[in-house]
Amino acid sequence: MKTEGKVFKYPDNVDTDVIIPARYLNTSDAKELAKHCMEDIDAEYVNKVSPGDVMVAGWNFGCGSSREHAPLVIKTCGTGCVIAKSFARIFYRNAINIGLPILECEQAAEEIQAGDQVNVNFDTGIITNLTNGKTYQAAPFPPFIQNIITKGGLLASLKEE
Amino acid sequence: MGMTMTQKILAAHAGLDAVTAGQLINAKLDIVLGNDITTPVAVNEFKKAGFDRVFDKDRIAIVLDHFVPNKDIKAAEQSKQCREFACSHCVSHFYDVGKMGIEHALLPEQGVVTAGDCIIGADSHTCTYGALGAFSTGVGSTDMAAGMATGMAWFKVPSAIRFELTGQLPANCSGKDVILTIIGMIGVDGALYKSMEFTGSGVASLTMDDRLCICNMAIEAGAKNGIFPVDDVTKNYMEGRCERTPVVYTADPDAEYEKVIEIDLSKIVPTVACPHLPENTHPAAELSEIRIDQVVIGSCTNGRMEDMEAAYETLKGKQVAPGVRCIIIPATMQIYRECVERGYVTAFIDAGAVVSTPTCGPCLGGYMGILAAGERCVATTNRNFVGRMGHVDSEVYLASPATAAASALTGYITAPKEVVR
Repeated sequence: MKTEGKVFKYPDNVDTDVIIPARYLNTSDAKELAKHCMEDIDAEYVNKVSPGDVMVAGWNFGCGSSREHAPLVIKTCGTGCVIAKSFARIFYRNAINIGLPILECEQAAEEIQAGDQVNVNFDTGIITNLTNGKTYQAAPFPPFIQNIITKGGLLASLKEE
Repeated sequence: MGMTMTQKILAAHAGLDAVTAGQLINAKLDIVLGNDITTPVAVNEFKKAGFDRVFDKDRIAIVLDHFVPNKDIKAAEQSKQCREFACSHCVSHFYDVGKMGIEHALLPEQGVVTAGDCIIGADSHTCTYGALGAFSTGVGSTDMAAGMATGMAWFKVPSAIRFELTGQLPANCSGKDVILTIIGMIGVDGALYKSMEFTGSGVASLTMDDRLCICNMAIEAGAKNGIFPVDDVTKNYMEGRCERTPVVYTADPDAEYEKVIEIDLSKIVPTVACPHLPENTHPAAELSEIRIDQVVIGSCTNGRMEDMEAAYETLKGKQVAPGVRCIIIPATMQIYRECVERGYVTAFIDAGAVVSTPTCGPCLGGYMGILAAGERCVATTNRNFVGRMGHVDSEVYLASPATAAASALTGYITAPKEVVR
């Protein structure tokens, strides 16, 4: 599995309130919610994002609320994956559970710039910046988590058992 | 090598003699929790995966608290979906309007959670119950759905930071000032993926409400959980309240901690977290130039009886400053009722404040106190992110109930004088 697209860059501590403001949480409809993805930090994101594009951010991405709506809207509006220096733990869990690819890679998150074109291979964890040819190796998932991802999310993996 | 208190609870629930930090385990759950925002997503996932029964109708808690009494038609539809699910699966701990409270004040009060439990909740502040000596952590809706179906959840066993508390809090400080001080020290990811274990001679002087508030905001430092040892304060609180028998776990004397941070409680001062991160803390006394438009006293962090007492002691017989809206929200119906019986509600209204039925409403910018562009609020809630309580250009200052009430009287951020605790 892989994704390829242009980069949207965000700072440290991107919280779930800016990813999907709670004022919209009176519905659980993913398409409806996705219209407001990143609204309070980057109101133009939903208009600019193309399928496969990549979010690159700093430390503690997804901090705050446990709302699964956060990874869900990022995925639903076409984002191919999120690369960050680190993820807040509930967001990390939720992303895996709903099948949003996420990668931890400090150097890539530091060096890749907004607008760069990148290719991300989820199987190998290799991130390639097509704009300047530089490659990075993201930390691999433990086999237990890889299994959840391969089976298509937590509930699908449980159902199989 | 010894285990931390958290590791002991996790080992017991995984059926293992010992666990070590980093180990992946499957643990048995005592309570699975959801609210009116997260349960609908969980119910959809539960059904989509083809599950048709819950693992134990008495071990699931569904609390309608975020947008109830329903703020609009969409919120009403979500509540209805929760209600129908709870009814069709005979969920015994279902709390609707009239019985509800803010989940993390309600479940300890009603004795649904107890010492030694392993709890997940589809709400990030589920870490609150660590105050009772339980392992309790926030998860998402899919984890909630899996938990409701199987009664199990996977965890990576966390390492821990130990906070060695000594001394006793000054009279104008409470648990909120302690946790804000700690978050200011270690940062919003200072305990990422880790346990925050609070120990030391200072613990005994902290009330149950202080401890619930401190554990509540462990997530604001990125922690997986916060936890207090079970002592006489905890036992007195649980006595005659908890529906299941508490199990007391203690950390091994040789338990390994990533670091130990000493906190002298007597040195704590009234503390405020300025926009837009909970780690951006300053002594309240240094912020006296900041003019405010609104005060909110309530939430899962500070809507408990002692918080209402602090507000009452400060506001009684006085007047909220002109131009300030002061919104007071007791966290549960029992607390609300006690505020009525003790005459607090009358005193609040006489002071020019409003008193609402329990709801999370304003804390997350849902309803009941939304801010316009450029407005500032001192709130006893837990997050001050951009747009958290309304417009992206509004500001939230996090503080204790005593600081919030003192600020309501002056119209500026104000450090409280002595508060009867």
